[in-house]
Amino acid sequence: MVVPALAMFVVFGIVPLVGVLLLSFAQWDGLGAIHTAGISNWRTVLSDPALPHTVLVTFEIMFLSWAVQTPLSLLLGVFLAGRQRYRALLAVLYFVPLLLSSAAIAITYKALLDPNFGLGPGLHLGFLTQDWLGKGNLAVGVVIFVVSWQFIPFHSLIYQGGVRQIPTTMYEAAAIDGAGRIRQFFSITVPQLKYTIITSSTLMVVGSLTFFDLIFVLTAGGPGDATRVLALDMYKRGFQANLMGPASVIAVLLVVLGLILALVLRRLGGSTTASQQEGA
Amino acid sequence: MAVLTSSARTQPAGSKPVGMRRLSQLNWFGGAAGWLWLVIVLVPLYWIVVTSFKDQGAFFTQNPFALPTDPTIENYRLVIESDFPRYFVNSVIVTAGTIIPAVAISFMAAYAIVRGAGSRLLAGVNGLFLMGLAIPLQATIIPVYLLIIRMHLYDSLLALILPSIAFSIPLSVLVLTNFIRDVPKELFESMRVDGASEWGMLRKLALPLTRPALVTVSIYNGLGVWNGFLLPLILTQSPDKRTLPLALWTFQGQYSVNVPAVLASVVLTTLPIVILYALGRRQLLSGLTAGFSR
Repeated sequence: MVVPALAMFVVFGIVPLVGVLLLSFAQWDGLGAIHTAGISNWRTVLSDPALPHTVLVTFEIMFLSWAVQTPLSLLLGVFLAGRQRYRALLAVLYFVPLLLSSAAIAITYKALLDPNFGLGPGLHLGFLTQDWLGKGNLAVGVVIFVVSWQFIPFHSLIYQGGVRQIPTTMYEAAAIDGAGRIRQFFSITVPQLKYTIITSSTLMVVGSLTFFDLIFVLTAGGPGDATRVLALDMYKRGFQANLMGPASVIAVLLVVLGLILALVLRRLGGSTTASQQEGA
Repeated sequence: MAVLTSSARTQPAGSKPVGMRRLSQLNWFGGAAGWLWLVIVLVPLYWIVVTSFKDQGAFFTQNPFALPTDPTIENYRLVIESDFPRYFVNSVIVTAGTIIPAVAISFMAAYAIVRGAGSRLLAGVNGLFLMGLAIPLQATIIPVYLLIIRMHLYDSLLALILPSIAFSIPLSVLVLTNFIRDVPKELFESMRVDGASEWGMLRKLALPLTRPALVTVSIYNGLGVWNGFLLPLILTQSPDKRTLPLALWTFQGQYSVNVPAVLASVVLTTLPIVILYALGRRQLLSGLTAGFSR
């Protein structure tokens, strides 16, 4: 019974995974024949003076979007865990951004932040009237804001589910011992949510490596190379410059990065698979 | 912080513990954050909808949040005439064509993994799927592109469906194994005694008991496929093979000055999902929290 899923996953998951490594040692323009190229692609990419910047931007966006999303999602998740009806309604509304495609969201924010016709000039608000996507730092900030807008609801729901699994007796015991609410939050809620935090962070961090569509539509990597993350770099090298070899090198870097990050996060929290069983 | 919300429900009113005053301050803080986020979520959505009913003149001159004084559906007409019904059908075909087989084979695999606990081989297969969760599968797009070309599937809807199925498997198997594991072993035993085969148990026992999980996994993966952008961008070329997100992007490129029309296209492509969400939200929200918070 496991065969069909295994076959599909091997053909379109594992084979390409091996393939991307092989292609990183090949020369291919995307159409013609494929030639072996030894380590020349690796040499080209690793000595590219633009690479450190691309890696830095990738990590910057990864870290900042994690650092913005985690506390807010945790706070909102705990808030949503309350049983009041209006909170259930809020949860329903929070979820709406998740229904939109990244392309739709990027298009919306591009129009919303337009320095001539967007929200700022429309409301005559000076601080909103900026060339948001035309200045490097602002563009990175916009990407992080839009990512948060899109994904915080999802992570709040994960936290909501986690909070509801914490035995209420723990809070009662803490209240009897005289622990205040803040104390309870840091001494019970946060430690009890350890595995949830790991799961959510893993999804955020590994997911951030694939913020391709959002950035592609929103800024196309610009202004200049300000938001050119690795995934976008791969696309541009491969499908715009027709250099599949160097693009595959970037892809290998992405895969390795994803695996390392997932393993590190898993170490931090013990084993995630174990947590899945314990939490059940 | 807002923790008090979770314990507030456990304490009957009137028996509030020490620190009442501080408590209500904190409640206020959590509540304020909750309402503030609601505003942040809703403002852009409201703006999309009102603007999509304005003509360009009103868009340039009116307050952006004002309701259209002279609402027009001209923008929607333009979008529909720009072949969006065709892209909609493409998206439906790709999404249904991915999700039905993906969930079916993931369910079978999850069932086999749970029932075969102890088998080295199945544990290895499960490990392989779990690894798939840690890998940004989009990074394998170049070999997938090569594979699709070699299979002579480039620029077809099947080219989008096959990799999407594979990419849906890891998470589906993870969530479904968690749910099938919760089915009491005694039920399997008693059915076995009654002479049921594994296929019979899969159909008559595991399937009905994990239906909520199946719906959740379908919706979650379905959203990902419906909104997918990278695969259509790379694996298709002709306009008549476009799915909605890609169509949205090209439409935006074509009509970038006509912001209300662009926003109307955003509304139209999202509307089917919002309707489905309105119908199945309870299932989705509870399923998601149960599926990921383990």
